Amino acid sequence: MAEPAVQEKQASSHEAVLEKISRFYRMGGNEVRALDEVSVSFARGSFWAILGASGSGKSTLLNLLGCLDRPSAGRYLLRGADVSQMDDDQLSEIRLRSIGFIFQSFNLLPQSTVAENIALPLYYQGWDPARSSQRARELATRVGLQERLDHRPMELSGGQQQRVAIARALANDPAILLADEPTGNLDSATSREIMQLLSELNEQGKTIIMVTHEEDIAAFASRRLYLKDGRIDRIEP
Amino acid sequence: MLIPSRKLREIRLGINSLLQHKLRSFLTMLGMVFGVGSVIAMLAVGEGASKEALDQPLEEESQQTTRTFMSIYGLLYEDELRIAQSFPQVLRTVPVKILRKVGRLGEHTMDLRLLGTTPGWFQLVRRPLIAGRALLPADLKNLANTVVLTEYGARRLLARENSIGQQLTLGGESFQVVGIVRSETGQGEGLQSPDQQIDAYIPLTTARARFGDIAVQFSAGSRSRELIELHQIIAEVDSTSQVTATASGIEVMLRRFHKKKDYSISVPLALLRQAEATKRTFNVVLGSIAGISLLVGGIGIMNIMLASVTERTREIGIRRAIGAKRRQIIRQFLIETMVLSTTGGLIGIAIGLLIPWLITLVAGMPTVVTSLSLLLSLGISLAVGIIFGLYPAVRAAKLDPIEALRHE
Repeated sequence: MAEPAVQEKQASSHEAVLEKISRFYRMGGNEVRALDEVSVSFARGSFWAILGASGSGKSTLLNLLGCLDRPSAGRYLLRGADVSQMDDDQLSEIRLRSIGFIFQSFNLLPQSTVAENIALPLYYQGWDPARSSQRARELATRVGLQERLDHRPMELSGGQQQRVAIARALANDPAILLADEPTGNLDSATSREIMQLLSELNEQGKTIIMVTHEEDIAAFASRRLYLKDGRIDRIEP
Repeated sequence: MLIPSRKLREIRLGINSLLQHKLRSFLTMLGMVFGVGSVIAMLAVGEGASKEALDQPLEEESQQTTRTFMSIYGLLYEDELRIAQSFPQVLRTVPVKILRKVGRLGEHTMDLRLLGTTPGWFQLVRRPLIAGRALLPADLKNLANTVVLTEYGARRLLARENSIGQQLTLGGESFQVVGIVRSETGQGEGLQSPDQQIDAYIPLTTARARFGDIAVQFSAGSRSRELIELHQIIAEVDSTSQVTATASGIEVMLRRFHKKKDYSISVPLALLRQAEATKRTFNVVLGSIAGISLLVGGIGIMNIMLASVTERTREIGIRRAIGAKRRQIIRQFLIETMVLSTTGGLIGIAIGLLIPWLITLVAGMPTVVTSLSLLLSLGISLAVGIIFGLYPAVRAAKLDPIEALRHE
């Protein structure tokens, strides 16, 4: 893997670089172009919102950024490393070390406690239990849930559950936080709290890329990328 | 040290996860518990029934399965001793001496066939008592003049129950009638029981002391005298499978002590074969039943495992999104199944021990739990549990994480 090392320098100010990324699906006999030659660079420490109508390719783009999916064509450099040709195990490793996911429906393990949910990535990183529960406590404190460590997700409000999910996404100290409609299941007051929390994290240096279809949520981001039919419509500002 | 502690942690996490899904774990385990339990119980009942079927002839038709017979003429008192002492698998030897004497009971005089033997005879052939008692060791020791009539002999002598205590004159000697036993019914065919048309039993020692070992035979008008110590020795062997080997062992031994082959050995081979066939039938039937129930148990386990994986697709998606590799997912499921299968298997063993015990207690049926059935059912169920638990896990791990996350 000599190549990524060279590119590390070129792309040093960028957390993630997409070069002519395409993603095609076969549905029946037809080829669907979910993403069509998308090129964009996400600077380190930036806060992006990806907007667009449903079917515009937002989720596909986020899945690609999160290494849950591989592009049909094009290159994806994450912290200088080309991840577009990696196999499943390598992608898992990238997700484990460099990606933090926040989902619309929180995606917490319902039978596990808050502490266990937050510490889940650390388990796969092989942390010892004492250290990871210490870290889980710190993260819970950071999202204001230090009193709820032994609760189950179902005993928490939607906003609290999303805070748990954010704490979990931070556990591996990721390069990028990816948020897929993080406020989609929350009322507007709670949405604002969650967005403030994300803004704080961004101010502390985290790169955040967020998919949303709400303009007022997108307003929390410093940059907005509009997708239309799998292509970049425009970028603001 | 690192690896075991990590393994332990994985097992602990597996147990945690199982405890978090109590109902599902319980249902999965149920299949295993009853799979193992029913196989053990069924094998125990079958083994018990098979044993009973094989033991039955011992009780009712006495010498059918585990006896060898050796007859006739020229056997010595020493031969019995030698057989009894040389072969540990011989449980009992019964010497038999046949005599003909004129007997008189009250006004009836009759030519009687007598059998001189030991109390072992009555244990061996299990002739039920009609009245009085059988021969006792004391009769032999004291050379007592006691006689036990057979039903057949009693009928010929017109003896009744109140004849017990009366004197029966045999060849000029006076004997006291002490009991009447049922005669050979003839249903134990093929076993050359030597007491058909025997009128009475007397102690062997008494027979020897009073009448000697010289037999006088009348044939075609001429008299011949012959020295015969014992007419027959019956040897009881402890297990059916030993009979043939023991018989040839005895044969070798007799050959050494008898210059002339004035004896013959007979083994109830037909009965042995029948016993073996019965056992084989039992084994086939039991094997099929056990196999079918294990299969059913396995299908049950697979069902619940597949359902569980489907139910947990989203969990798998979450874990994959967070960075779990495919093999880590498989491993997690494998550990859970193994914990589950082991626990279920152990509970199944407990139930498999309990059910036969209850059957014996309530229905009075004999049951035999063999350690082989424990190992077999636990082993196969574990294998079935792991294989059927692993397959859905592999399938789940292969899912596209995006698809898995979308799963409701």
